[in-house]
Amino acid sequence: MAPPTRRRHPARTLITLAVLTVAVFATIFAGTRLSDATWTPKLALDLEGGTQLILAPVAEDESQVTQETINQAIQVIRQRVDSSGVAEAEITSQGGSNIVVALPGRPSEETLDLVRTSAQMEFRPVLTYAGPQPTAAATADPSAAPTDGATAAADDAAADDAAAGSDAEEPSDEPTKDAPDSPSDAAYYITPAVQARFDELDCTDPANLTGGKSGDADKALVTCDPDGTLKYILGPVEIQGSSIANASSGLRVNQNGTVTNEWVVDLEFDGQGTKEFAAVTERLQGLTSPQNQFGIVLDGLVISAPSLDPGVVISDGKAQISGSFTRDTATGLANQLKFGALPLTFEVQSQEQISATLGSEQLEKGLIAGLIGLLLVVVYSLFQYRALGLVTVASLVIAAVLTYGVITLLSWTQGYRLSLPGVAGLIVAIGITADSFIVYFERIRDELREGRTLVAAVDRGWERARRTILASDAVNFLAAVVLYFLAVGSVRGFAFTLGLTTLLDLLIVFTFTHPVMLLIAKTRFFASGHRFSGLDPRRLGAPDQSRYVGRGRVARGPRTEPAADAGTPDAERAGLTRPAAASTLVATPTAPGGTIAERRAAARAAQQAAQDAQAGDAPPDAPPQDSPGDTGPAGQGDARRTEGSDA
Amino acid sequence: MAVNFAQWGNDLYTGRRSYDIVGRRRVWFTISAVLVLLSAVFLVKPGLQPGIEFRGGSEFTVSNAATSDQQPAMDAVAEVAPEEVPRVTNVGSSSIRIQTTELTNDQVDQVRTALEEAYGVTEDDVASSFIGPTWGKDVSQKAAISLVVFLVLVALVLTVYFRNWRMAVAAIIALFHDLIVTVGVYAAVGWEVTPATVIGFLTILAYSIYDTVVVFDKVRENTTGVLDQTRATYAERANLAVNQTLVRSINTSVVALLPVAGILFIGAFVLGAGTLRDIALALFVGMIVGAFSSVFLATPLEVALRVREQPIREHTAKVLAARARAAGATDAPGTEGAPVAVARATGQVRPGGHQGPVAQPRRKGRR
Repeated sequence: MAPPTRRRHPARTLITLAVLTVAVFATIFAGTRLSDATWTPKLALDLEGGTQLILAPVAEDESQVTQETINQAIQVIRQRVDSSGVAEAEITSQGGSNIVVALPGRPSEETLDLVRTSAQMEFRPVLTYAGPQPTAAATADPSAAPTDGATAAADDAAADDAAAGSDAEEPSDEPTKDAPDSPSDAAYYITPAVQARFDELDCTDPANLTGGKSGDADKALVTCDPDGTLKYILGPVEIQGSSIANASSGLRVNQNGTVTNEWVVDLEFDGQGTKEFAAVTERLQGLTSPQNQFGIVLDGLVISAPSLDPGVVISDGKAQISGSFTRDTATGLANQLKFGALPLTFEVQSQEQISATLGSEQLEKGLIAGLIGLLLVVVYSLFQYRALGLVTVASLVIAAVLTYGVITLLSWTQGYRLSLPGVAGLIVAIGITADSFIVYFERIRDELREGRTLVAAVDRGWERARRTILASDAVNFLAAVVLYFLAVGSVRGFAFTLGLTTLLDLLIVFTFTHPVMLLIAKTRFFASGHRFSGLDPRRLGAPDQSRYVGRGRVARGPRTEPAADAGTPDAERAGLTRPAAASTLVATPTAPGGTIAERRAAARAAQQAAQDAQAGDAPPDAPPQDSPGDTGPAGQGDARRTEGSDA
Repeated sequence: MAVNFAQWGNDLYTGRRSYDIVGRRRVWFTISAVLVLLSAVFLVKPGLQPGIEFRGGSEFTVSNAATSDQQPAMDAVAEVAPEEVPRVTNVGSSSIRIQTTELTNDQVDQVRTALEEAYGVTEDDVASSFIGPTWGKDVSQKAAISLVVFLVLVALVLTVYFRNWRMAVAAIIALFHDLIVTVGVYAAVGWEVTPATVIGFLTILAYSIYDTVVVFDKVRENTTGVLDQTRATYAERANLAVNQTLVRSINTSVVALLPVAGILFIGAFVLGAGTLRDIALALFVGMIVGAFSSVFLATPLEVALRVREQPIREHTAKVLAARARAAGATDAPGTEGAPVAVARATGQVRPGGHQGPVAQPRRKGRR
């Protein structure tokens, strides 16, 4: 039996659920007032329409745009769009040469930029770096210090030129020398303008972390890393990302050939890249930190800035980047190196608003169909479970309300968008949600059939059903999670709603259906097994309606819970002390260790019941058998004999 | 009816009425095998019709259209390619996009002309192009990966949960059965496979396993400690479990099928091709097959695997021998003995059907 604490406060659980529900909607309400939340979830491309871009990839080095590069480009774009929080983007190739990107709704200009800008990767030497915050004008950064004198001197001299310069308002953008000694020549590349930009740059501001254009290949680049933890000044481009032949991640194998626990990224250059990289490593060898580092720039952000180990010149084009990688960050960097290296830029061919792709009436009709189905479900469960069906309906209604609330909330906070497959997922969820209740109710009925009282049946039925519900929901959730993380586009939207409704199903079974069952088990209507309660033990064929009432005695008759008729203490006393009134005593029919007299009495009782059943064939409108006259005399006789044999 | 159904449920639960589902497993295995074979044939003969997302297709764009109605476009395409179900979309305020499957060059020209007439535009306003099948390929490729990962995880989870790999094997075989039959029926119906269909198939995975887990949970409950008694064999206990969950299976399937049936009906007869229709057919078939397989395939399969185990085989032999002896002793049970035999066969204790002192637990050390 369940410990009594579990059913002591079913009302408290219900209140918790109510508070939770109110909290969800209060958050949305607050969102509509204070922010840009809406009362309806945002819809995905297939339901709402959206913005469509047609991009033509242009190869930088005049090489052929192959099907493979297009596919890679699509993957890169999808990765970027997904990471920007836009769900349900549809990215396809068209005619083997164009890429069509359809984004739901009216995406922000930043999102569009993200799609339009090319994925360009380049390797630049690190000139200096600092923390993410803006630095004071007279910087105390030691690495910048040597250049101070030179730039300060140049400042006045070049003041006139700077006035004509477009992007440098005050500090000069003119280098101090005619030509740099090497790409790592900080004195040449860090002009006062560059230094000023570097000083002003605030990498903790998300606006500076969106990336975009890489900037002039021959000039210094001032930028952040994608996490906003460091800012850099980088030298001119030394190696193009297109020189990367391959990149992969894995566990490091040390010199003894054993696999260590350390994640690394392996990088491989093609012929041209190998030569360039060998030259770079040779030069960087002679430099001190931070100038022995090179920055790998993707979309204008430094995704990695590895330093060279002392004395190492990499001439075979195979480099390994190590550091505090986790499995995920290593794969992430390897993918960026591999796919970011596409030598493509995108030319926007067209950008337009498109209507919902599924015709205007699909959603409406689909919802109507779903509602009709839902109505049939209600009718069926009322038919099958009578009043208990109302519990199902109430649970489904609460599930629907909560699902709506959570989806609206997520659509506001996470940018989730409801697509038609998502709607389908919700409709499928009706069946899965209802199944939990059916499993539970059938278990309760099973326990009633065993001859338990309703309160006991609810307790035991719950104990058993809970395990089944948890197991089956776990499998369902597993499916949703796998689909969500491995699938793309509309499959993801579907998996999301499936997973969400599975979780909500658990929440509702635990915090609504079960507490409600505990509560109604105590009501007279259900506990007495009313004809319309759906829990009528007679109809459920409880064996002979006998039950053990303690002290070696067994009661027959209506299964009234002592608590339920506590209002009539007389009847209760009569029922317990004098078997004639409400309950009569017979032998325990199912107890394996019963006496012979008990077994015989049970056999007789069973025979009697069989005859009753044959005679009456359980007519639906027969009066409930709680009138003692029905089974009274026989029961009394049995009881007396039982007592006699006991004594 | 409700009364009879409830009564029927009682009888199933108590074992008074019992369908010998596990015992007749050869029949069900044959039916399933035939279904799978038929599906395989359908998959080869008409085969699955890949949608535009999977095989690419032709796309027309009508600019400066006088009306934004979608119907003229559908008519225009139907004129040229009657079996074609175009996907018509409004683009911007005065453009219409029509996607079809890949058409021949002749057909493309004819559709263009028809569209020009339908929307009253000049030749320059109708553009046509060919779409690559990247998206659908992407979806199905990832779906295939998901399938493998899901199967491995499910096998692990089930093995751990049921502490028995045979249940996991049976559940996964039933899963494949469901998937193949669903895909087979889809091929037979001849609708196009769209990403929505793929989603439907993937849902069947989840649903099939879910249903099987519920039934197996009861089987496990009924068969715990089956070796410690001599009243019923493992197969009989499992069969009782299937019978006891039959009402649940029926109720669940009806409840799950009703909304799906609603969408399928509206989708197929009112809306025509689209996400809803495709997903609904896959779900409808898959749910029916899934309910069938969890009752008639998964459990018998599990029993078939289990009864090969040495301890269970010995136990079954022991029970059957004891039963034969008892039958001989009571001198051929007549018509009256039949219910008792059923009760014994299913192993459910019935009042009045007590087995006497033989069935009493024996205390050790007492002779």
